[in-house]
Amino acid sequence: MASKFKQALSSGKFVVTSEVGPPKGTNIEKMLHHIDLLKDKVDGLNVTDHQSSAMRFPSLGGCLAIKERGGEPILQMTCRDRNRLALQAELLLAHTRDIRNVLCLTGDAIPVGDHKEAKGVFDLDSVQLLRAIRQMESGKDLGGNDLDGTIEFCAGAIVTPEARPIEPQLIKFEKKVESGSEFFQTQAIYDLDNFAKFMQYARQFPVKILAGIVLLSSARMAKYMTENVPGIFVPQDLIDELASAPKGEALNKGIEIAGRMIATLKGESLCDGVHIMAIGREEVVPDILTAAGL
Amino acid sequence: MKSITKQKPVDELKQQLDRFDRVYIVGCGTCATMTRTGGKEEVLAMKEHLQELGKLITGWTVIPTACDEMTEVALKESEGAIQNANCILVMACALGVHRVGLYIDKPAIPALDTLFIGVEDSPGYFHEVCSQCGQCILGEMAGICPLTACHKGLLNGPCGGTNNGKCEVDKEKDCAWTLIYERLKEQGRLDLMRKYQPPKNYQVMPRPRIARLE
Repeated sequence: MASKFKQALSSGKFVVTSEVGPPKGTNIEKMLHHIDLLKDKVDGLNVTDHQSSAMRFPSLGGCLAIKERGGEPILQMTCRDRNRLALQAELLLAHTRDIRNVLCLTGDAIPVGDHKEAKGVFDLDSVQLLRAIRQMESGKDLGGNDLDGTIEFCAGAIVTPEARPIEPQLIKFEKKVESGSEFFQTQAIYDLDNFAKFMQYARQFPVKILAGIVLLSSARMAKYMTENVPGIFVPQDLIDELASAPKGEALNKGIEIAGRMIATLKGESLCDGVHIMAIGREEVVPDILTAAGL
Repeated sequence: MKSITKQKPVDELKQQLDRFDRVYIVGCGTCATMTRTGGKEEVLAMKEHLQELGKLITGWTVIPTACDEMTEVALKESEGAIQNANCILVMACALGVHRVGLYIDKPAIPALDTLFIGVEDSPGYFHEVCSQCGQCILGEMAGICPLTACHKGLLNGPCGGTNNGKCEVDKEKDCAWTLIYERLKEQGRLDLMRKYQPPKNYQVMPRPRIARLE
């Protein structure tokens, strides 16, 4: 049976996903709080996988918690920390625990994280991981051996509509589509004109696109992201808008901007939904949804 | 092709030589001379440095190519001085250290760290182009190996960390996939970038790798 998230994707509704970040340590209270806060307000909840290459409680553990609490988890799987055996094994475990959505990622590089001397694995890349899932669904593992019980996943990937140069990114996007990606959650987008152009191109493929919305919490943070995070460009007028907010009101302005963008994306039917990333401020996601009229 | 090396940090070297007070030094006339890590000049500087640390240097030599079998002959010529030492400090790449260790019944201590097999683009600038994986894909990659030139060794295109032609890991380094893209485009072969590359076979030849000419 199709997962609840997959049903939402095919229903034609404007799909909303968000994400929670597991803790560094065993104190999972905050993550559980975020799960409880969001699980009934979204169609799927991603759990990040050692985000930014910083060692944390595992994505699969977060997904199990979402499942236990009646939510719909989307398992983020990067190729950075596990070889093809470990990735497949984790998919088997996820399937048996009714986790049926997976987001396939390359994973950030080791040197940007907090274990800089670790060995990056990258035995598979995100395209190969998508194919591995489809192959396992057909009953064979990557070694060509029969599986005693197969898997079934709604599998997706990411795309960066603001990548420069854009063509190599689009070629990889198409390879992901050909390799079985059913949905895409994009890197953060802020320039809606540019995103509309991307969507015009992406619409020719039979996949669902959820626009990435990263909450801007201050003009400084927006400027930092533009200058330092590959594939993220915050237009100057948004930075100015954040800077113009009265003291202590920048976060509210960021919520307003995120809500406005989501409302526009939905109102103009630019894409199939949004993926909201609040990065440490998950408690304001419901406010963003309210601001968006959702 | 050159074996690119750098000298070990002084403290590490001191610690490695801690238990040895009489040292014989071996340099290499090929790669380590070109990279200025183990040529005659560096060997003499090391001799002086170790003497300052209180070591007795029983002798030194720079072998033409430390990794080849002539090393045995070259070392025989200095047998007396070597016998006098209680270790050999080898200022060559790991291949040289290995070779010296085969012929002499004394500890061979590396003075250098072996970094990679590289090419010299301009005088004094070396970079890594091959990981010696055993299954060459340069023909489909416009001559740029993504396994080597991409930080993550990705085979199917750039990651999200690509940034205006540079790598997220180091703004000084080129994004391999931007280079591959540009060159394939120039050659009118961009269709190759669209081709799915399956997972790498890491057992083309299981390690340790050997080859026998027939």
